Amino acid sequence: MSLAQFQAEFAAALFDPEATAGLASQAAFSVYRNTVMKGCIDALEANFPCVARLVGSEWFRAAAALHVVANPPTDGRLLHYGADFPDFLARFEPTRDLPWLPDVARLDRCWTEAHVAADAQAVDTAWLAALAPDALGHARLSPHSAARWHWFCDAPVYSLWQRNRSGEGLDDDLPWEGEGALLTRPTDAVDWCAASQADCAFLDSCAAGESLGSAAAAALAVQADVDLAGLLAKLLRAGAVVLAPSSDESPT
Amino acid sequence: MTSLLSAGLGLKPAHFDAALACPAEGLWFEVHPENYLVAGGPRLRWLEAVRAAHPVSLHGVSLSLAGTSPPDADHLQRFAALVRRIEPALVSEHLAWSAFDDACFPDLLPFPRSTEALHRIASAIDQTQTALGRRIAIENPSHYLRIDGHEWDEIDFLKELVRRTGCGLLLDVNNVHVSARNLGFDATGYLNRFPGEAVMEIHLAGHSTDPSLGEALLIDSHDAPVAPEVWSLYRHLITRIGARPTLIERDGNVPAFDELLAERAVAADALQQLAEPEVAR
Repeated sequence: MSLAQFQAEFAAALFDPEATAGLASQAAFSVYRNTVMKGCIDALEANFPCVARLVGSEWFRAAAALHVVANPPTDGRLLHYGADFPDFLARFEPTRDLPWLPDVARLDRCWTEAHVAADAQAVDTAWLAALAPDALGHARLSPHSAARWHWFCDAPVYSLWQRNRSGEGLDDDLPWEGEGALLTRPTDAVDWCAASQADCAFLDSCAAGESLGSAAAAALAVQADVDLAGLLAKLLRAGAVVLAPSSDESPT
Repeated sequence: MTSLLSAGLGLKPAHFDAALACPAEGLWFEVHPENYLVAGGPRLRWLEAVRAAHPVSLHGVSLSLAGTSPPDADHLQRFAALVRRIEPALVSEHLAWSAFDDACFPDLLPFPRSTEALHRIASAIDQTQTALGRRIAIENPSHYLRIDGHEWDEIDFLKELVRRTGCGLLLDVNNVHVSARNLGFDATGYLNRFPGEAVMEIHLAGHSTDPSLGEALLIDSHDAPVAPEVWSLYRHLITRIGARPTLIERDGNVPAFDELLAERAVAADALQQLAEPEVAR
């Protein structure tokens, strides 16, 4: 038997408890089945801590096991595992009564992405102060490599995630309305704050390479009374943006 | 360089501060590079801080050297960048496969030691050593299964890899004990035949018994202190081959740092008492 044939049979039997031929006929084959499955589920539980706390470990691990079989890791770095877990949860029949759960998973994933993203120097408010007022509309900023933002129109996903992440309980009177989130990594630790639909539209526009003038128009289009100066100051304070790569709008 | 290392510990994130501050002589730390192959952020700064205080070893778990595809080029590139950044005292990987057909299994899987496998692994070790610009050590695996089709004895296979690639070996004494019990061979005889001159590092760890099969199946679980039988084998080994950097691995039921440090001191004392005073490397 070639090495490829051996490994194909071995790999197929790892996730198939019905496979009992060949090596899988030995009781010790379960050591590999258990180690692989436990390693994958542990990784998902570590990478989606708020989802795991919200549904409980037993529910989480049962759901994770199904995801592992359908989508095993494709990268040996397990902290990257689970990019498609939020979409899996969105299709998962038992989450039908928890329609916000996949979006909480998206914020868990955003945290990991922010945690491991490349270092970059965020633009601070001094940049804004030094910029000539008539240059502002043409200036371009890019989202920081660690910045992640998401607008959720149906549920207070940010509050659900943030309170769980911080170990706070939920109020019974949490207003059930759309919320957005912005995660950044201004220094070493991932930080987060609520984001409005206008904040998210502004950042989407920056990410598409648009000027600040276009980003402002995008923010106004979703929220006509948006405070643009406040919006920009908030993004700068959060460390959410850097100078665009080819920007010649730097005041220095 | 390696002769300066005494006994080391696997580095756990919960122990970063204690590890940084620990003054024990000859202490070093080992990490899985996979946890630090990131674009940026605090993980690299944590590891650099520990590296500034102690020697660090990178012990890879996902290169899949016995896989049917060559090592992933992107992975090797990231690994090489980490090696340049951390300047590790030792770099090691496993005699195992873990990737097949786009899937990466978080385990170290066995294979028949055929001449085909030997060629593939030797080539993968060559590529890795070239990419990293240094010699790596290959670890003997834990065995649970009886596999047909072995054309090579494990020690002969490892010796041949050393001869072909110039790699070194990492001898995991707990793996030898677990495999010897599971497959029914003599652990002391295995250690006596192991090519001591190629050993760059020794691993020690705890094991457990299978929940259903009990003593008939030992599992390399790294979730308990090193067993007395493994300490005896270790003393026997270093009396024969001399001192080598020795790592205590602990991945489950991780106790307080001081408890690991006390276990590590047993190995450090054994190295000092039993081994020859000068180790030529």
